[in-house]
Amino acid sequence: MSDDHVYMTLAEGHEDDTRWAYGTGFEDPLHGVDTAVPDDVDAGELASLCVTLADDALVCAQRLAEWTTRAPELEEEVALANIGLDLLGQARLLYSRAGQADGTGRDEDAFAYFRDAGDFRNVRLAELPNGDFAFSIVRLLVLASWRLAHFERLTAHRDPVLAAIAAKGVKELTYHRQYAAEWAVRLGDGTEESHGRMRRAQEQVAPYLGELFTAYDVRDEVVTVLRQVTEAAGLPMPVYRPLPGSGRTGEHTEHLAPLLAELQGVARAHPEGTW
Amino acid sequence: MTADKQDWPLYEVFVRGKRGLNHVHVGSLHAADDRMALTHARDLYTRRNEGVSIWVVRSEHIAASTRDEKDPFFEPSADKVYRHPTFYDIPEDVPHI
Repeated sequence: MSDDHVYMTLAEGHEDDTRWAYGTGFEDPLHGVDTAVPDDVDAGELASLCVTLADDALVCAQRLAEWTTRAPELEEEVALANIGLDLLGQARLLYSRAGQADGTGRDEDAFAYFRDAGDFRNVRLAELPNGDFAFSIVRLLVLASWRLAHFERLTAHRDPVLAAIAAKGVKELTYHRQYAAEWAVRLGDGTEESHGRMRRAQEQVAPYLGELFTAYDVRDEVVTVLRQVTEAAGLPMPVYRPLPGSGRTGEHTEHLAPLLAELQGVARAHPEGTW
Repeated sequence: MTADKQDWPLYEVFVRGKRGLNHVHVGSLHAADDRMALTHARDLYTRRNEGVSIWVVRSEHIAASTRDEKDPFFEPSADKVYRHPTFYDIPEDVPHI
């Protein structure tokens, strides 16, 4: 009889609980948020901001997914895939918002699957091939630090939907940055081999930093974070020599088109397909 | 490359669910240190919204009873029904007993 109380406490929950073997109580981040674009928000600007942030996330998610079956450890593979799925979730919400704001009513699939490389506005850093684990960690550290700083500001955006998406993302990105920072320190402060690879990765990432810092003013914040991590890792701050061009204006490396071909192939072969 | 996975110690993972009252053993994993064990546990055992708290402990730090001790450890309590609180009325509105 006394046990009944315990089980009743464990069992009280949500209506859709029976669908799940274990975890329950999932929340819709946009629950109760008014989706009308406020009068004082420039809908065109809002749409292009959402597309930019979504493209970063989608391309980054695709690269992270490529680690599946290839990561150094099973646990890292799951960790990287989790991070990719977080970003994919952000991209879906942002594309949907972009379609509402720009008046075309395009859905997330239209943005993700039916635009070509020249229409994407992600930074080039996101589309570069994965390289070794050190490169992927340095890239993730930079992108997560930038995105977190930016999302923290967006939580106060006048568009309530974008603000809600940002609020959800901040918690995810805090973990992404922490994950990358812990690995950066572990590798930088590790063996001669891992330290050397981190140095090389920093040099490879450095030329692409400029694109991140042009549009939104979070540079100081991000550089402070990166400096903290590199110091803890016993690494120098890399010399900064920006490359010309920017993914933000649709100028991409040769690596984006093949990435998109893989991402979009099935959806384009079966345009009306559902799964 | 010195630290291959065989060198990483084994950890036991305990997760407390949202409505759970205590941490429950959910499995084990390999990790290089305590911090990595926690993040691995987060990524492997709480990705379907299961948990609000995680404990990890090095498996070698768990002292466990052995099968040989089963009888002397557990048999003596089998016939002592008077140790159960079944002789009391428990009020309906008292939870977690």
